[in-house]
Amino acid sequence: MSRLSEDNVRIAQEIIGRYPRARSATIPLLHLAQQQDGYVTNEAIRHIGELVGATSAEVLGTATFYEMFKFEPVGKYLVNICRTMSCALMGGDELMHHAEHTLGIKAGSTTPDGLITLEHAECQAACTEAPTLQVNYRYRFRVTPETFDALIEDLRAGRLDSEIPPHGTVARIRQRIPADRGVGAVAPEDVTTAPAWMPAPEAAK
Amino acid sequence: MTGTTYSHVPGYVAGDRPQIVTSRFQYDDSYTLERAVATDGYAGLRAALGRSATEVHDEVKTATVLGRGGAGFPAGTKWGLTPQAVWPRYLVVNGDESEPGTYKDRLLMERDPHQLIEGCLIACYAAGLSQCFLYIRGEMALAQERVAAALNEAYAAGYVGNNILGSDFSVDIVLHWGAGAYVVGEETALIESLEGNRGMPRLKPPFFPAAIGLYGKPTIVNNVETLANLPWLMRNGAAAYTAIGSATSPGTRMVAVSGHVKRPGVYEIINGTTTFRDLLYNDEFCGGIRDDNELKAFVPGGGSAPWFLPDQLDLPFEGRLIGAAGSMAGSGAVMVMDHTTDIPKAALTLTRFYAHESCGKCTPCREGGTWLMRILDRVVAGQGTARDLDQLLEVGATICPGDFPHASSERLGIAAVPFPYKMTTICFVGPSAYTPVHSALTLFRDEFEAKLLKRTFIPVTGIHEPAVAQ
Repeated sequence: MSRLSEDNVRIAQEIIGRYPRARSATIPLLHLAQQQDGYVTNEAIRHIGELVGATSAEVLGTATFYEMFKFEPVGKYLVNICRTMSCALMGGDELMHHAEHTLGIKAGSTTPDGLITLEHAECQAACTEAPTLQVNYRYRFRVTPETFDALIEDLRAGRLDSEIPPHGTVARIRQRIPADRGVGAVAPEDVTTAPAWMPAPEAAK
Repeated sequence: MTGTTYSHVPGYVAGDRPQIVTSRFQYDDSYTLERAVATDGYAGLRAALGRSATEVHDEVKTATVLGRGGAGFPAGTKWGLTPQAVWPRYLVVNGDESEPGTYKDRLLMERDPHQLIEGCLIACYAAGLSQCFLYIRGEMALAQERVAAALNEAYAAGYVGNNILGSDFSVDIVLHWGAGAYVVGEETALIESLEGNRGMPRLKPPFFPAAIGLYGKPTIVNNVETLANLPWLMRNGAAAYTAIGSATSPGTRMVAVSGHVKRPGVYEIINGTTTFRDLLYNDEFCGGIRDDNELKAFVPGGGSAPWFLPDQLDLPFEGRLIGAAGSMAGSGAVMVMDHTTDIPKAALTLTRFYAHESCGKCTPCREGGTWLMRILDRVVAGQGTARDLDQLLEVGATICPGDFPHASSERLGIAAVPFPYKMTTICFVGPSAYTPVHSALTLFRDEFEAKLLKRTFIPVTGIHEPAVAQ
């Protein structure tokens, strides 16, 4: 299991259909692959290339540019601790120091049981609630050593399973465009006239 | 302290001020279609559809809705830059908010996605844009879920898609999401990313996205907050909009104040007239520096902005005035440092950010940013030499030759150098790596000098006590 499953291919085709060019779906499909396997496999890269009409090298070239894509297995939970200025001013470094000691690992590695991967993160856009962290991109605000320890305990005990999906799943709600409501994507070269609602003088220009 | 906070919107503080974009934040179900419609939701769209596209465009031009992403370019003018008779035109919504210190777009997407959708529709109608791509930062799971759910509701209710509200106006809004790259917030990098490529900025001028953008077609890239202003504007008119704020910066603006203040928060402030002193010290806003400490310095407009000193507290939050004083209003993010702050270390947290986020396309940024980070790291660790401080400025000059903007200081007896700077890179990531270094070194050089060669020797034999070298 590493190419996209049949169900996921259906989702992939729905996503591709929304763009005037299939290649635009590359990043969404990489997320889909990561959701399926927890990380992006070589087979998934090849499969995505087939689906969007790109070579594996092109898809890999895009994928490796972006921080969120992982190319080897990571923990079920990815814990990202922010280290940019606002968080640093409010104790982000100290929080990371505490986390490394509590988990017994350095930032960038995974606990031996494969449950938690710890990483530095850059600004998470919650600067007034510093220091912040995200677990699989779900926020925790004003984190203290005590609330960090409680969080880890909850994760280990599976108490947050309903709130925090395993690594790979970002949004749990997908956009669905109903067939009877969608305008549909048109290749840019096939559009030569102004949209219907544009007033005549503008359309005639 | 005055103002209201809501447990369902951590960080946001409402006050007794006009609310153009945050009026629904008070409701815990503000993101639902039901709540939106019950509180004037899509009334701005109806008002727009009742007029011609040209009239709507003119209204936005008259209101001078300034772009809220960083550059502050008027949205109405930007829409007018598309070449005539070239179709299709696209709208790309920049929701890739990741400038250090900034968050307002995330709240606007999480708390009021229908307002954003309505704003997108108004922009598409006015500028003849036939498809809209709403690009949300990859790490914002909740924003993606809320916007996806809102789009699903809006499609089902006939607000988005074919023949919107029974008119001949038809447009799709496609939710797109990123995967973690700060540089994608730059509009041409955003377009590259949306085309499925590495998010590297395109060379410009001559061709800006309004002329050649997504798939080589005219493309308008607008920030989330900019578009969120449009529903209110359509309901109330340009005159009501310009009645708020200053003549050059009308309306309101979302500003996040973080760091060493008593009540850090996101505030919708009156644009152009609220001063930094108001923001940092008034009970309505942050209520003073934490523990009544002394203010040392602050970053006025996001991590890319040159730093200000207490000397600049009485400046209003107005783009041109801040620019003349040596910095930029940028993305509306103030980061406050009190007297306990280690300035070289604080500068390092920002320079490291930009060095890390360099896309690698331009050599001065790719190499220079990393050099700056490494030298600074060495100085902060007490292993720097006097030569290192000069080296920082020399490396910076390869990214930004000539005078670099900075604030005036009475204490140091220096005058301000106004914004902007010259740059050898395509986008602002490279100069932004240098900005904190330059500001910190110019305004607090003594703190760097105090750190030079302070490493501790641990002798091999253990006979001597560890000593600090001079």
